Amino acid sequence: MTKIKSLADLKKMKSSLQSQVALREKSDNPEGRILVRVGMGTSGIASGAKQVMEFLIDELEKRNVDAIVTQTGDMGYSYAEPTVEVTLPGQEPIVFGDVDQKKADDIIEKYIKNGELLDGIIPQNYETIDKK
Amino acid sequence: MELIKLTIDNRTVEVEKGTTIFHAAKKLDITIPTLCYMNLKDLNIEHKPGGCRICVVEVEGRRNLAPACATECFEGMDVKTHSVRVLNARRTVLELIISDHPFDCLICAKSGKCDLQDMAVKLGVRDIPFQGEKSTYKPDYSPAIIRDIDKCIMCRRCETMCNDFQTVGVLSGIHRGFEAVVAPAFERDLDHSECTYCGQCVAVCPTAALTEVDHTQQLINDLSNPNKTVVVQTAPAVRAALGEEFGMEPGTLVTGKMVAALRQLGFHFVFDTDFAADLTIMEEGTEMLDRLTRHLEGDKEVKLPILTSCCPGWVNFFEYYYPDMMDIPSTARSPQQMFGAIAKTYFAEKQKIDRKDMVVVSIMPCVAKKYECTREEFATDGSPDVDYSISTRELASLIKQANINFNLLPDEDFDKPMGESTGAAVIFGTTGGVIEAAARTAYELHTGKSLEKVDFEALRGFEGIRSATVDFNGVDINIGIAHGLGNARKLLDEVKAGKSKYHAIEIMACPGGCIGGGGQPLHHGDSSIIKARAKAIYAEDKGKKLRKSHENPDIIKLYDEYLGKPGSELAHKLLHTHYFDKKAKQVLLD
Amino acid sequence: MHMLVCGGTGCHASAGEMLFENLKKEVQENNLQDEVQVIATGCFGFCEKGPIVKVIPDNTFYVQVEPKDAKELIAEHAIKGRVIKRLLYIDPVKKEQIPDSKHMGFYKKQLRIALRNCGMIDPENIDEYLAADGYEAMGKVLLEMKPDAVIQEIIDSGLRGRGGGGFPTGVKWQIASKNHADQKYVVCNADEGDPGAFMDRSILEGDPHCVLEAMVINGFSIGATKGLIYIRAEYPLAIKRLKIAIDQARNYGLLGTDILGSGFDFDVEIRYGAGAFVCGEETALIRSMEGERGEPTFKPPFPAQSGYLGKPTNVNNVETYANIPVIINKGAKWFASIGTEKSKGTKVFALAGKINNVGLIEVPMGITLREVIFEIGGGIQGGKKFKAVQTGGPSGGCLTEKHLDTPIDFDNLLAVGSMMGSGGMIVMDEDDCMVAVAKFYLDFTVEESCGKCSPCRVGNKRLYEQLDLITKGKATEKDLDKLRNLSYVIRDTSLCGLGQTSPNPVLSTLDNFREEYLAHTNEHRCPAGVCKDLIRYEVIAENCVGCTACARNCPVNCISGERKQVHVIDQSLCIKCNACLEKCKFNAIAVI
Repeated sequence: MTKIKSLADLKKMKSSLQSQVALREKSDNPEGRILVRVGMGTSGIASGAKQVMEFLIDELEKRNVDAIVTQTGDMGYSYAEPTVEVTLPGQEPIVFGDVDQKKADDIIEKYIKNGELLDGIIPQNYETIDKK
Repeated sequence: MELIKLTIDNRTVEVEKGTTIFHAAKKLDITIPTLCYMNLKDLNIEHKPGGCRICVVEVEGRRNLAPACATECFEGMDVKTHSVRVLNARRTVLELIISDHPFDCLICAKSGKCDLQDMAVKLGVRDIPFQGEKSTYKPDYSPAIIRDIDKCIMCRRCETMCNDFQTVGVLSGIHRGFEAVVAPAFERDLDHSECTYCGQCVAVCPTAALTEVDHTQQLINDLSNPNKTVVVQTAPAVRAALGEEFGMEPGTLVTGKMVAALRQLGFHFVFDTDFAADLTIMEEGTEMLDRLTRHLEGDKEVKLPILTSCCPGWVNFFEYYYPDMMDIPSTARSPQQMFGAIAKTYFAEKQKIDRKDMVVVSIMPCVAKKYECTREEFATDGSPDVDYSISTRELASLIKQANINFNLLPDEDFDKPMGESTGAAVIFGTTGGVIEAAARTAYELHTGKSLEKVDFEALRGFEGIRSATVDFNGVDINIGIAHGLGNARKLLDEVKAGKSKYHAIEIMACPGGCIGGGGQPLHHGDSSIIKARAKAIYAEDKGKKLRKSHENPDIIKLYDEYLGKPGSELAHKLLHTHYFDKKAKQVLLD
Repeated sequence: MHMLVCGGTGCHASAGEMLFENLKKEVQENNLQDEVQVIATGCFGFCEKGPIVKVIPDNTFYVQVEPKDAKELIAEHAIKGRVIKRLLYIDPVKKEQIPDSKHMGFYKKQLRIALRNCGMIDPENIDEYLAADGYEAMGKVLLEMKPDAVIQEIIDSGLRGRGGGGFPTGVKWQIASKNHADQKYVVCNADEGDPGAFMDRSILEGDPHCVLEAMVINGFSIGATKGLIYIRAEYPLAIKRLKIAIDQARNYGLLGTDILGSGFDFDVEIRYGAGAFVCGEETALIRSMEGERGEPTFKPPFPAQSGYLGKPTNVNNVETYANIPVIINKGAKWFASIGTEKSKGTKVFALAGKINNVGLIEVPMGITLREVIFEIGGGIQGGKKFKAVQTGGPSGGCLTEKHLDTPIDFDNLLAVGSMMGSGGMIVMDEDDCMVAVAKFYLDFTVEESCGKCSPCRVGNKRLYEQLDLITKGKATEKDLDKLRNLSYVIRDTSLCGLGQTSPNPVLSTLDNFREEYLAHTNEHRCPAGVCKDLIRYEVIAENCVGCTACARNCPVNCISGERKQVHVIDQSLCIKCNACLEKCKFNAIAVI
């Protein structure tokens, strides 16, 4: 890893990282990939998020779905752990709650492959700060 | 220094910035009651953990009550020390403390001298509105100290003495909440800890959570046994403090009354540990001179500095903490043990008493002495040289039990031969005294000249660590003195690092030396009492006809008749000892 | 097209389930299975206007939809594409219909500042943090700002300590910066100890770099080059992620010497706590880091004067730190525009208890308890009645119905006898006995008191014992005065915040639920049916059909009765285990 030696370096790095992210997430990019985030805080893991994440990684590969699966922190929905957020290219992220293997399977087959929503999605009910 | 003006109970007072409410109130002669607070001014110890919350006062504008002992004054502060809110809180807090304390005042070792009891009297507590669980712990009986932790009120004074002053670190708070208590690590008993039995925890404990092992009943039994000859020896520091137990001013010398009282109690021979102190100087002084001479002659093998070895707390300390340096202290036994060894051999033979029928009791200002006389190396065929030791406090209690009107007793003299002593022996009781006594003798023996000035003022004082240079006929001898084991540790670390400039070092475990020992009348935090005792000791020295140990005629006779000369084979057998690596023992126990 | 029907418990209770079924039926009847999907969702958190239906992709948001509206929804909206105006939400302020959920004020109730990256980025990948403006505030501070200006910015933002005390963060920094020493320390307090609270853990697990970044900023502004994170060993995942974050930041040169060429050195170490509650108190925390017994010391001296190893030390809580980079990036003015007059920004709460949406929320200061509980929290579980909410962790107070419209901020909560604390919020319903609740919290403080000062060590124990007597029906009304006096004295005389606040649950319940206490003392009755010594189980004769289910399931065989005969409970043997009540299908067992 190279050291970041100045503020200019830092900003350069940020914009290149941001455009990478944009490339994979933004809708206008036809090659945008599917992004799957698994809430892997302590409460998530305690409710089985690790197994769900492993299942998603394995199964998406087996079923030839080109998706990036990453972990993330606690999304705040303790009542519905484990939680999985799926962002299809060009669409708003959707959060699925109470995900077990069966539900993860449904997420792949129904939502990721066909765009069908499933019971038990969690409506986002917060604002984030405008980053700029 | 910045001055601050404040109001306490509607009266104005001006104090230096940084002064606490407690001290500011004192300036107005208002004594705010305290329980955990302890101020040993001369030792630079102000223990104010703010734990008991008895000293709370109301400060205008402050949300809650402030502990007077720890809260600093500020300009314009308005303090109320006895508002309804304060009085209610203070009483409630005291009731809470008492609600978790045994109600056995009638038979408690501290009854009449208990700070908690005094506070209950002061605040007029008549009822404890809180019934509930009381915390109970396993009592801990060591050879010297008893921990009855049910009576601990978490004032933490013992911790300050053990950790900050003595740097022994055996006692500290363990557990949480209601179960919180002061104890050795892992709740071991003292006997399985690094406790040196210095007894400073006992000396400051406000209740009977920490007391000395009581030997008075055993003594009464022995005194009334017609088959036993009971011999008593009294340490020099006892005579400078015993009077306090009978309402006399601190620093009143009661040597003659003490002897009379001991006789009335029924001891068959009333002797003086001072006799043995003179003997110690002969042995230790000879060893010191020997090492010094060899050193001055260029012998690289010789170990210097030489350390005094008459304090049993200190001996325990280096056995635990400096086992790699056990060849540095003098091998001379303490005066208590020298006395016992001579009493049960030389004196017993003279009196034609079988060792088994003789009981040697020592009156000591000390708690560690109770342990010292139980050490196996100080016994012959299972019969200890000194059977047991009782503290100054226990002696006072015995005198009271025997209806002896101590204050009106006529002065009496010690019995002979082991009652004869010099001024050099008397000053053993205070810090710097042993080394001054040794210097008096070593100087004369080394130079062959008579000392013009017997008082080595440079060696006296109350500073924790002192040093002085004594001119031994053109040779400068550097002497170091430490009292308190924390101070001792500093000098020892220097020695360990090879940086010590001293030829000889005197160490006493207790503040002020034996006069501030763990077995003395309680000073209740007033360290001026210890200073007054030191003054009395020096006064007794000054009043003595003989002031150098080697001039003690009965000591000279003892060597002539029995021991030969200092350092002889018999002297080594009876008067010297060896030390043990207690760290290793500790590891084995783990 | 998707029709999202709220499946939260709140809406469920208001006929949401029937609505859901009706919609499905309509879809089938109209043969729209391929076009319209009806989906039950988690709670929208807008339960007072439930049931909710949201239509995607046009985001139309219908409120208070009844089962009978299903037909119209399908016929009008799904088939004809016409919005049904009467079911739209009417903005209470502007009095106009809002068709689109994005424009509803409700969705602005939560604002994530401290939690901005939690659940958004991969916490183990520094690049994701960098892409989210990470370390930009640090760069700005180190290269473009003077320490005093940074401190002024934090002061101007109005940020107050999120660990519970609410002390102004900038002022704290200023004091530490003014005490000169050869070494100073910055400490992050991650010893989160309130039962049920996990905001700090979530931040460290979800966004560890934001805390590191803030610590560098803090270090630069007070002149400290060493940072320590005191974290409880019970947080292994947070520790793991912190370690990864520290390594990554070091590799990028964002920690270490000459950070970003600024000439400023700063590094961070992790220290582990053994999980003593009192070690969240900063002086106790410092003692613990020094290897001493974790107990508070008297202030002054404050840590800013003499802290870790006797050096000036600034201690801030995780959530406080999480706000810092945003304040630097977006400015004090922006931050100060959020919240109330004296409490700026947002606060993270851990919602727990008898509430539907148990979880972590972040709301602007000034939001009311009602909004938090009934809108974000989705109301009370099982449609039961709200009774109380306990804020501020174990030493907060229990607030009631009448406090629901209090805007939440540091001062308001104190004024009504509770406190902000670190952000625990536990909701209670009609089945909770407030005496038992107070006893529960006292049990915690008794356990967690360090034992240093007598009022906390003994006083809390006695409070607990008194409460225990009340729950057993062995106390009198007079004892309540004793309880109150003891509470006042403990609050008035304890050494640290733990004891000074531990009586709050007692005092607030005594104030707000005195009737309930009196029922225990005077009538030996527990109205909520919780206190075992004061309740008994009885068979209601008219409901009992003699099915023997209760008798078969009683573990102590204290229920007798023939088949098809009314059963009887032998009170002398009953252990009040509740098994009979659970097994009875005929509501024939009652707690009296």
